[in-house]
Amino acid sequence: MKHLDVIVIGGGHAGAEAAAAAARLGARTALVTLRADAIGVMSCNPAIGGLGKGHLVREIDALDGVMGRAADAAGIQFRLLNRRKGPAVQGPRAQADRKLYRLEMQRLLAAEENLTVVEGEVVDLRMEGQAVTGVVLQDGSEISARSVILTAGTFLNGIIHIGDQRQQGGRMGDHPSVPLAQKLAALDLPRGRLKTGTPPRLSGRSIDWASLEMQPGDDVPVLFSFLNRAPIARQISCGITHTNEATHDIVRANLGRSAMYGGHIEGVGPRYCPSIEDKVVRFADKTSHQVFLEPEGLDDDTVYPNGISTSLPAEVQESYVRSIAGLQNVVILQPGYAIEYDYFDPRSLRPTLELKSIEGLFFAGQINGTTGYEEAAAQGLVAGLNAAARALGRDPIHFSRSDSYIGVMLDDLLTRGVSEPYRMFTSRAEFRLALRADNADQRLTPKGIALGCVREDRRIAFAAKLDLMEQAHAALQARQLSSRDLAGTGITVRQDGARRSGFDLLSFGEEARETVESLFPDFAALPAEIREQVAIDALYAQYLHRQEQDARLLQREEETRLPTDFDYPAMPGLSKELALKLARLRPDTLAQAARIEGMTPAALTLLLAHVRKARRNAASA
Amino acid sequence: MNTIYALASARGKAGVAVLRLSGPGSHAAVAGLCGPLPEPRRASLRRLVKDGVELDQALVILFPEGESFTGEAAAELHLHGSLAVVQAVMQALAGEHGLRLAEPGEFTRRALENGKLDLAQVEGLADLIEAETEAQRRQALRVLSGAIGRRAEEWREKLIRAAALIEATIDFADEDVPVDVAPEVLALGHAVLADLRREALGGRAAERIRDGFEVAIIGAPNAGKSTLLNALAGREAAITSEIAGTTRDVIEVRMDIRGLAVTLLDTAGLRETEDQVERIGIDRALSRARMADLRVFLISDEALPGIEPEDGDILIRGKADLGGGGVSGKTGQGIAELIEEIGTRLLERSASAGVITRERHRLAIERAIEAMESAMSEVEKGTARAELAAAELRIALRALEALVGRVDVENLLDEIFSSFCIGK
Repeated sequence: MKHLDVIVIGGGHAGAEAAAAAARLGARTALVTLRADAIGVMSCNPAIGGLGKGHLVREIDALDGVMGRAADAAGIQFRLLNRRKGPAVQGPRAQADRKLYRLEMQRLLAAEENLTVVEGEVVDLRMEGQAVTGVVLQDGSEISARSVILTAGTFLNGIIHIGDQRQQGGRMGDHPSVPLAQKLAALDLPRGRLKTGTPPRLSGRSIDWASLEMQPGDDVPVLFSFLNRAPIARQISCGITHTNEATHDIVRANLGRSAMYGGHIEGVGPRYCPSIEDKVVRFADKTSHQVFLEPEGLDDDTVYPNGISTSLPAEVQESYVRSIAGLQNVVILQPGYAIEYDYFDPRSLRPTLELKSIEGLFFAGQINGTTGYEEAAAQGLVAGLNAAARALGRDPIHFSRSDSYIGVMLDDLLTRGVSEPYRMFTSRAEFRLALRADNADQRLTPKGIALGCVREDRRIAFAAKLDLMEQAHAALQARQLSSRDLAGTGITVRQDGARRSGFDLLSFGEEARETVESLFPDFAALPAEIREQVAIDALYAQYLHRQEQDARLLQREEETRLPTDFDYPAMPGLSKELALKLARLRPDTLAQAARIEGMTPAALTLLLAHVRKARRNAASA
Repeated sequence: MNTIYALASARGKAGVAVLRLSGPGSHAAVAGLCGPLPEPRRASLRRLVKDGVELDQALVILFPEGESFTGEAAAELHLHGSLAVVQAVMQALAGEHGLRLAEPGEFTRRALENGKLDLAQVEGLADLIEAETEAQRRQALRVLSGAIGRRAEEWREKLIRAAALIEATIDFADEDVPVDVAPEVLALGHAVLADLRREALGGRAAERIRDGFEVAIIGAPNAGKSTLLNALAGREAAITSEIAGTTRDVIEVRMDIRGLAVTLLDTAGLRETEDQVERIGIDRALSRARMADLRVFLISDEALPGIEPEDGDILIRGKADLGGGGVSGKTGQGIAELIEEIGTRLLERSASAGVITRERHRLAIERAIEAMESAMSEVEKGTARAELAAAELRIALRALEALVGRVDVENLLDEIFSSFCIGK
């Protein structure tokens, strides 16, 4: 029998990132997957990043993860979303060539010293009491390990629906993992059922591109990895078209044949990613919806029409798709389908993504009720680092709401659970102005260096950047200007007698940039990206100062521990619903309690009062 | 959970003294003294007996769990109001069924812990107990009923809606969302802002109702200020004489004018002087008069140095007994009319009082106003600054949450509870 530190089950985005992270931290790691050539497959839309999601990719990259680098290598169209809004809410996004992404991911994993890929199906977990000690493969062989990470995605009890046809499976063309699912069912963990949908895949050759509006990438592409500067692959444009009344009529007339509307599906779908059926029913007054036509690769004819996912029968799909401008003669390569799957209630997890009830078993990715490659990969990173830390006898590695989107996601999942597939948004982060995509390296790379999961090349690049940042700040502080000094420069300041540094002046926004650079030539001489970064810091400086108060309050709440023996149902002031929730979730801290759905300020005060009472009683006893 | 007991009424001889018990053992403790228990929430006469000795005949009322002031099982014993009876019954209860004497404010604390009152309501209760005048009573009762929590909840809902609109344009920029949410956000924000500003203004009036208005009587030396004060107060609070400059310090008299708590201030006569002690008195008079809510100028032929009447101040001739109309402390002429006038003017000001009554409330509202003003101006600057507008809205929401007590109430709880007395 082989003996390892960490075993990762599954080679999707969570599994790949988890395996890479565990190996980087120095744990001997095996990634067990059915097919090694399917590692890094993008099973849904051919894109990485976006709002909130782009932040996650940057954070993964700041800790030297693989997703950002793979996406940069595979990116065929880069767009910074919200370019016209503030830098804190801008998110990098890229269309990715599916094949390039997969190959780059496999190359990156192959390059990991401590990582081996094992082809096979895990059929059972080895257990010793309430601790996991390894896995059993279908051929009967066993691998022992201190930590096991399960990233089973949508493969658990997955059912695919196309109209009234249904088949078992986690992804079109793949087999569901039945024995493992049965094994997990026996663990008796609370779970729920979710669904998600995909659109039909179209043949690019059959699309009338000439008649469509085309959307190119940004002139100056913004990449994901802090180590990369320019795209590698050839860049392309996406097409934009719209549904129309005729499309909606066809959908409406066939609603009864849709798996989702025909009553075949019990799972809950995401509200932010509605199917075309949903759109037509719930937004009946809209006569048109946008559809993005996204090529799946440079040498791939497949096009992913983003915005029309469906579970209608194949022939209905063909007729509604052909009613859309530019798609009159389109050929469907693969019909759209809805998939239902089981997820495990993430409230059963610790902040390390280890199960509370089974030592050494970690869950990451869609299995925890999230959706999206980026959310999955970020969890993979957390599980990988912590599984390795556990195997190597090191302290757990934590992320907080005030240091990262990763921390926000973990906290949301662990305290609120999910009621629909969980997706990251920037609005989930209350410290959004501080947690930016542009400063993810400054927030997390030092942590990664301290942990030992950041390699030499990144460490050197980061140190060089910090050095330049310091030079920039020094240059801007070199002179303090009065309002008289600024007369005629184009910057108007209050005549308050205050003297202002270049950094202070940068907070006036974009318009002040040029003037500041002419007044502070040492600053102007620095690289553009450093100047940009400092300008963003300046823009938010005063807000960050004000948010510190909130961050301190959060810290106090995080430090206020709730006794594990609190008898919530017996606390008379709590509503029954809230008391049951608290009893079930057993939040560790007041901060976690504060974010439980339905929590009210009054109920929180009540909890605090009880904590204080418990303390008083303990003191007087 | 302990069962606690304490005398709820004031100590001393009275017709009735009320002893209150709260906690799981309260009913058993009462049964131990009076035998078979009456039905809950029904007053019944019972003989209280301990070890075969009759202690008193008392009215016994039981409250079931969830239907009492504290939310716990509770009881009240209405005893004859004698020190000896109260002493005997308290002794009989001590130690029985785990009973102990309540700490200061413990009944109220339990009401808070059991969700019977929110933080603002606890404050309202404290004010109600302290209330001396009609206006204070009405105001405290309004707070106790949860008015602040209701208002804060209304504002919170609107701001959450506004924040959600902004967030939608940020997080779903690439999708089919309303392009311009500014009009609705501005409408919601300005509606809340107008409410908040009104509350902040009314807050000062409400604080006055709670703490009392100050009315300063000022005038030249020997204008009859002290005589007037004594007449208004109905007693000799200030020394009066024919010698100009008799009053040196500020003399305060509290009175109830048309339901409002009012502190009348008698001050040193205002004149240019070489006398150092008189000079100090005059400076003090001026500064107190300027800070007062209302000034009564007793005018004579001499001009007053150092102070001008403000809008709403009362100007009246003093020493009317010497002829020429006005008011006279000596004869009582015009006194009733003056009191009427002071009352009318203060009532006008207190009419604006809103639901907030404490400095803590006003500060929270002012913080919210400041954040809301910035939020609105960021919204007006366009979508490029949407994340800043959202940040300001969050700050405003936080401030409003503090009104009904969120988690930074830790220190506050101490202060609130320490200002309570046993048994309230």
